[in-house]
Amino acid sequence: MTYRVHVRVMPRDGLLDPQGQAVEHALSALGFEEAGGVRIGRAIELDVAAESRDEAETRARRMCDTLLANPITEDYLLEVEED
Amino acid sequence: MPRVAVVRFPGSNCDFDTLRAAEGVGAEAYFVWHRDTDLEGADVVILPGGFSYGDYLRCGAIARFSPIMQEVQRHALAGGPVLGICNGFQILCEAHLLPGALLRNAGLTFVSKPVDVIVERTDTAFTCDYEPESRLRLPVAHGDGRFVAEPDTLRLLEAEGRVVLRYVAATERSPFQPNPNGSANHIAGICNADGNVVGIMPHPERAADRMLGLTGGSAFFTSLVTSHQDSSNSGV
Repeated sequence: MTYRVHVRVMPRDGLLDPQGQAVEHALSALGFEEAGGVRIGRAIELDVAAESRDEAETRARRMCDTLLANPITEDYLLEVEED
Repeated sequence: MPRVAVVRFPGSNCDFDTLRAAEGVGAEAYFVWHRDTDLEGADVVILPGGFSYGDYLRCGAIARFSPIMQEVQRHALAGGPVLGICNGFQILCEAHLLPGALLRNAGLTFVSKPVDVIVERTDTAFTCDYEPESRLRLPVAHGDGRFVAEPDTLRLLEAEGRVVLRYVAATERSPFQPNPNGSANHIAGICNADGNVVGIMPHPERAADRMLGLTGGSAFFTSLVTSHQDSSNSGV
């Protein structure tokens, strides 16, 4: 089976996110003053060949812990869907 | 004379400067390719600056899995001196040979200019020729140089005296911002607990030749010769 894995990597709460701040300022300058708390992360999608959904998720978690996210500065969320 | 391996990754661009600076102090310097699996008897390993793997994903995140990095890890864990400059520092953090991480500069722009730093640690293989508290002017050139670490890690680095270089204002009345990237505690360089692995954002290899204008970085290279001679004399 092949599973489509969606990974969302975000800067850890409390860490300065200068990109998010810059975009927030830009939104405000454009008149979107209702926007706040902007944070910018990264979305990664990949196919994972696995016997089961659980296996796909376990492997994807390993990939995140090893490479896709930096455990010191980032948190990630995973979603697994059947292809 | 020490054998100095300068590791080249696809995207390294300070490799020749680093090689020349090491050769300039009489070291036997040579390149090692990231796919190699042998440091060829290196006494010292330097990871130079640049943009390994195009900085894809995170700076240094992919380079740390290069085959040669296993040997660098082994060399470091055996107490061998390792210096990471700029991208090399980022790779050492990603490889967990140094704590913390280097994130996008607080000002979001790529910063390329001379900065003033103070040498706070003078017992490493790369700083032993500096007088304690020496102030140097060195170039920085990076987009991701903001050092961050967990509060406990930062406290430990300070308590154990593991800040090797710190950004300072040139004079007390200097109009220049001393910290070019928003680094925690103005940190420009750190070392591991044993002091043999050092990572710095400024480029001493670009300030090691009179022709280039600045010479404050040359003692990083004379230090590695001095420390090698000291360790040879003591029979280590």
